[in-house]
Amino acid sequence: MSPHGNPEVPASSATEINREAPKASPAAAPAETTGNAWGLWEVFVRSSRGLSHVHAGSLHAPDAAMALRNARDLYTRRNEGVSIWVVPADAIASSDPDAKGSFFESPQGKDYRHATYYTKSEGVKHL
Amino acid sequence: MAAQNLQSVPDQPAAPGAAAPAADQGQAQLEAEGQAYFDRVISEDSRIEPRDWMPAAYRKTLLRQISQHAHSEIIGMQPEANWISRAPSLKRKAILMAKVQDEAGHGLYLYSAAETLGQSRDQMMDDLIAGKARYSSIFNYPALTWADMGAIGWLVDGAAICNQVPLCRASYGPYGRAMVRICKEESFHQRQGFEILLELSNGTPAQKQMAQDAVNRWYAPALMMFGPPDDDSPNSKQSTAWNIKRFSNDELRSRFVGMMVEQVRVLGLTLPDSEVRFNEDTRKWEHGPLDWNEFKEVLAGRGPCNSQRLERRRQAHDDGAWVREAAAAYAHKQSMKTKEFAA
Repeated sequence: MSPHGNPEVPASSATEINREAPKASPAAAPAETTGNAWGLWEVFVRSSRGLSHVHAGSLHAPDAAMALRNARDLYTRRNEGVSIWVVPADAIASSDPDAKGSFFESPQGKDYRHATYYTKSEGVKHL
Repeated sequence: MAAQNLQSVPDQPAAPGAAAPAADQGQAQLEAEGQAYFDRVISEDSRIEPRDWMPAAYRKTLLRQISQHAHSEIIGMQPEANWISRAPSLKRKAILMAKVQDEAGHGLYLYSAAETLGQSRDQMMDDLIAGKARYSSIFNYPALTWADMGAIGWLVDGAAICNQVPLCRASYGPYGRAMVRICKEESFHQRQGFEILLELSNGTPAQKQMAQDAVNRWYAPALMMFGPPDDDSPNSKQSTAWNIKRFSNDELRSRFVGMMVEQVRVLGLTLPDSEVRFNEDTRKWEHGPLDWNEFKEVLAGRGPCNSQRLERRRQAHDDGAWVREAAAAYAHKQSMKTKEFAA
């Protein structure tokens, strides 16, 4: 799940935490423009009770209430959900795709964390 | 975030791990590393995601294709929206409204996917309204009768599905994901069109004639939706190499013709093409000649409805301006209130 990224801003390796979307400039308050500054929201939908919310896509909306309504109309026209989360895209922190090596290094070579590592118990029932 | 902060397609794509301002040599090395990583992902038939390094031409090609696709969905609402008020029954009205609403949704999914490449939706919409952007030539033909709603669903959406199913595996992640969603919803579009034609075909002789007439008019434009013949499609080779395009224009067109041959029999109608045949040697369906001059003319803006479609889009955009402004103003006011309360 990697929603939006700004190709203008290179993913920096200086920090492992990155904002997915470019931050709004303070000057660009919605009301000051002609409605063209609707923010970007990421939409997460719970498809049925007992399941977690899953990223469905994104949309533009002026505020959270409208984002929810738009999300309902855009992503649940066929009963695809029983619950929706909307999150401002720039509130999502993500790992740096270029730091793949170092950031996700720890589990590498640690096969013993998986049950399949232990083969001597093969054939033994209920184990 | 403010959408206008997004820049247009950068000429120089972001290099991976570009930390401090690197010397030209370092930059070149990063480019090379990025290219190598990109090439490996493509050769493994894996997916490129928004923040990966990608060649500038890849970004540009995708942005053009996805935005044109989005525009097609948005403009594509018009021929059918025109018929909502004249649909023959409440059921047909409801179905047509659901379909037009889907087209709007598909346009939005695709604008979202295009935005991940670095262009704002507002910019894309402005380009469409200014007549700078292209969309599928098919929507510049008029929908003259109720039977056209059937022919559009059956032939036009049918051709679109044929084109779109392989795009679910396009190498660019957000595009593929948008297409999966779209394809799931699109099959209802084709079936409802087929049903309209079937009902007309089993109706009075005049109704059957109306259905046949609609099929006659939409057949060739639908076949041209797959794009120019392979030997006249300069971008296809690169798109195929990048795993954006999985099958050639002619290959998909041939498959589509084969499907239509079967289905038109069930409809009790005929295709307006005496040269349709299955070539035993190539194992492919063949069709009669298509008027590619007409295709180019329509694409260049000189089709029967180009100016009407664009004018309607412009008008809808202008008519909706006050809603967008009011919603933004309300949101601003509410956020001010929240701030006051917090202070």
